[in-house]
Amino acid sequence: MRTAALFLLFFAPLAAAGNSCIECHAALDGRLQKPALAFKIDVHSTRGFGCADCHGGDASSDAPAVSMSRARGFKGKIARTAVPELCARCHSDANLIHKFKPQQRVDQIAQYRTSVHGKRLAAGDAAVANCVDCHGVHDIREVRSALSPVHPLRLPETCARCHADAGRMSKYKLEHTQFDEYRQSVHWTALAKRGDLSAPGCASCHGNHGATPPQVNSVAAVCGTCHVLFEELYKKSPHQPVFAAMGAAGCIVCHGKHKIEKPSVKMLSGVGSVCAQCHEADSAGGRAALEIANRTRELDAALGRSEEILERARQSGMEVSEAQLQLMDGRENLIKARLAVHAFQTAAVAKPVQDGLVVAGKTYAAGVAALKERTFRRFGLSISLAAILATMAGLWLAIRSIEKNRGQRSGTDEG
Amino acid sequence: MASLRGKPPIVEWLEERLAFDAIQAFIAHKKVPKHSATMWYYFGGITLFLFGIQVATGILLLLYYRPSAGEAYESVQFIVTRVEFGWLIRSIHSWSANLMILAAFIHMFSVVFLRAYRRPRELTWLSGVGLLGLALGFGFSGYLLPWNTISYFATKVGTDMAAAVPLIGPTLARFLRGGNEVGGATLTRFFGFHVAVLPALTTGLLMVHLFLVQRFGISSPPRVEEQNRASGGPAPEMPFFPNFFLRELMAWYAALAVLGMLAAIFPWELGEKADPFASAPAGIRPEWYFLAPFYTLKLIPSHVWMFEGELLGLLGFGLLAAWWVTLPFWANDRSGSERTRLVTGTGVALIAYLATFSALGYWK
Amino acid sequence: MPQTRRGLVSWLLGGGVTASIAAFLYPVLRFMAPPPIAEASVNEVTAGKVKEFKVNAGRIVKFGSTPALLVRLGDDEWRSYSGVCTHLNCTVQYQESSRQIWCACHNGFYDLNGKVVSGPPPRPLEEFTVRVRGDEVVLSRRG
Repeated sequence: MRTAALFLLFFAPLAAAGNSCIECHAALDGRLQKPALAFKIDVHSTRGFGCADCHGGDASSDAPAVSMSRARGFKGKIARTAVPELCARCHSDANLIHKFKPQQRVDQIAQYRTSVHGKRLAAGDAAVANCVDCHGVHDIREVRSALSPVHPLRLPETCARCHADAGRMSKYKLEHTQFDEYRQSVHWTALAKRGDLSAPGCASCHGNHGATPPQVNSVAAVCGTCHVLFEELYKKSPHQPVFAAMGAAGCIVCHGKHKIEKPSVKMLSGVGSVCAQCHEADSAGGRAALEIANRTRELDAALGRSEEILERARQSGMEVSEAQLQLMDGRENLIKARLAVHAFQTAAVAKPVQDGLVVAGKTYAAGVAALKERTFRRFGLSISLAAILATMAGLWLAIRSIEKNRGQRSGTDEG
Repeated sequence: MASLRGKPPIVEWLEERLAFDAIQAFIAHKKVPKHSATMWYYFGGITLFLFGIQVATGILLLLYYRPSAGEAYESVQFIVTRVEFGWLIRSIHSWSANLMILAAFIHMFSVVFLRAYRRPRELTWLSGVGLLGLALGFGFSGYLLPWNTISYFATKVGTDMAAAVPLIGPTLARFLRGGNEVGGATLTRFFGFHVAVLPALTTGLLMVHLFLVQRFGISSPPRVEEQNRASGGPAPEMPFFPNFFLRELMAWYAALAVLGMLAAIFPWELGEKADPFASAPAGIRPEWYFLAPFYTLKLIPSHVWMFEGELLGLLGFGLLAAWWVTLPFWANDRSGSERTRLVTGTGVALIAYLATFSALGYWK
Repeated sequence: MPQTRRGLVSWLLGGGVTASIAAFLYPVLRFMAPPPIAEASVNEVTAGKVKEFKVNAGRIVKFGSTPALLVRLGDDEWRSYSGVCTHLNCTVQYQESSRQIWCACHNGFYDLNGKVVSGPPPRPLEEFTVRVRGDEVVLSRRG
């Protein structure tokens, strides 16, 4: 009883606004109490909406018979298949929503109906995701809040609630390994470990409300929204028409779907190379792959040699920061060369490799010059040491001669 | 003193006006005792010589250095990369600083073990300890000037220690830092200390110290004095000029050789530009001459009984410093006889403490 | 002392002292001579001659230790920004066709005020002041 009184005091402001639902439910326990407690941080609550706006009924009355009467529109617990229509009542009403947020989109329900989730829900499957599964139900936060389940940093885990569940997914004959694979990818590392909110999560490629896997011929375009140059090169490359004819989706063939790892030259040649999966070693394609691999390896090695000699010079005390900066340009050329791989033609890779080799050559020469300067300094040091030692020898001899003479006299000072 | 034939007229002209003969006469009478421990006499002169090197290289660096947070690091980089022999002047300045402080410590301990602090040389001892303090001040203020990561965080740690002093701590720290944080204001302030305030104080105190040394002459250790009394003849000694002076020149040239080798083979690092917003890298520690107190403070638990650990540590250092500075005054008991064992014990204990804790501070 | 010995001593002493003084004075004098580049280009850099830059063209120049982008919009209109993209530090470039600053790494775009227009960059580009001194273009940091 004391608890109930405390709760009443706590929720008095809401009661003043005429929300008997919160008042009563907060005093209950378990499943019936949770929504009442959670609702105060809900974005709808802060905008002045209450329980009755979704569940119907009369929030101004304390009597359950009145507040929860069907006559007053009380719906009780909303059926899962009815949730999207309920949310859309407001969220597709442009006039209403734009009173609160002028730029907010109002096409979410339309998009949802095109999605796999929406289509299945419309066919009566209550197990697929609806609005509240992703956004929360009584503690809905804005998407940009870090605690929202659909905040970019938390979205993959939210999707994984179902899509990583083998039992659920087997019903639909879908895989359940995507989340595990995604977590090994560079995109997840960028998102979760570096906090780069621009890195793609599930919705970035699959869409959020209109969630659908990209079709085969649109994969390159999807990746290309960020990786622009790669898509441009790929589109003009010999691979594009071939993959399109095979019904294979562009980037995925070599880089994978969810477990996109950091690419390396090992993908081009050697054991486990991706190219070898289609191209025989002595075919034109196989030879091109090997040539491209060799050229990029050559540049990488040249840059490595420059780095090593400059580091050696730096550690023996020479100041080589400018050459080390120039070397960064060389590293950029290597990046450009690896970009050019996606034209799948040797000539395209040769140009940035050549530019990079020029930089590597210049910086290597700078390293050699620095080591030469170091040798020159030691040479200069030996000259000064020689002069110093000669002087010390002279002093020593002078002292000896003075004191030998003094020994023959009686120990007074010498001029 | 026989006058040389054929003195050039300019020398005679100057002699008439500049009291050369008085100086010559004084120098001619200055003697240095000759005995097995004579070699320790060189360390005072070596310290002075290295200080001279610091002044010369410091003035040269002043031609290019810029004391603002936005330019300090770049100006040092400029000196080391673009200015001819800049690397040499800069490395000599950094190495000579360390060698000077080392020489000063050796000089101080040799004075203790050879008992040169005895009456009437108490003021020489006091001015000498003061000079050591000023040298440490030079080291602390100069260390920040290149404005790299290590120097920035070492200064942070050092000024934090100052803040822990009871009563005046926070005010002292604010005075040192030029504000509440170590920043551009600290750099400018330390620069002012390093090139103006400390040199002025050092020049004054140094002149006192050197005057006193000339006034009382070089002291001999007690057992040598005993031997001389016992043998009855004149004490073995050598004229300062030219004998001791030539030997001292040899020592100075040797120091130059060491400095040259260190500068050419182990040049002083530039480091990375200080970033006050980055977190302190692991293993930050001050320069070696502050390592012993630094490590001691690290070892003291944060609370001992009801006292703050750091406070106890600083109190300990204060007491130790007081004990050391007043050495000439308690070195003799009421009856005038020497507390030989106490003095030697103190000296040995202090060396052991400094050596051990510096080593521990370096390797931990 | 025999004459030859005395000669050796003064030869060594005199020669050694002279050589060591020369070995010290030479570096000191060379140190004091102003170097060809008078000061570190921390806050200001000369980007080039005015006539080297075409209108509606951009170029990356070295400013201290980082790249800076200089764009000539008109005969007398210049813009300059830090050339380091605020996303993942790739070097940006001027895109003449769209009159925007573009980063090729992940398709980030900035407008000619340095503000992010689209793509992943989280912050705008730092702006530099451009001044024309005689026939040279000089970039300097603001503030």
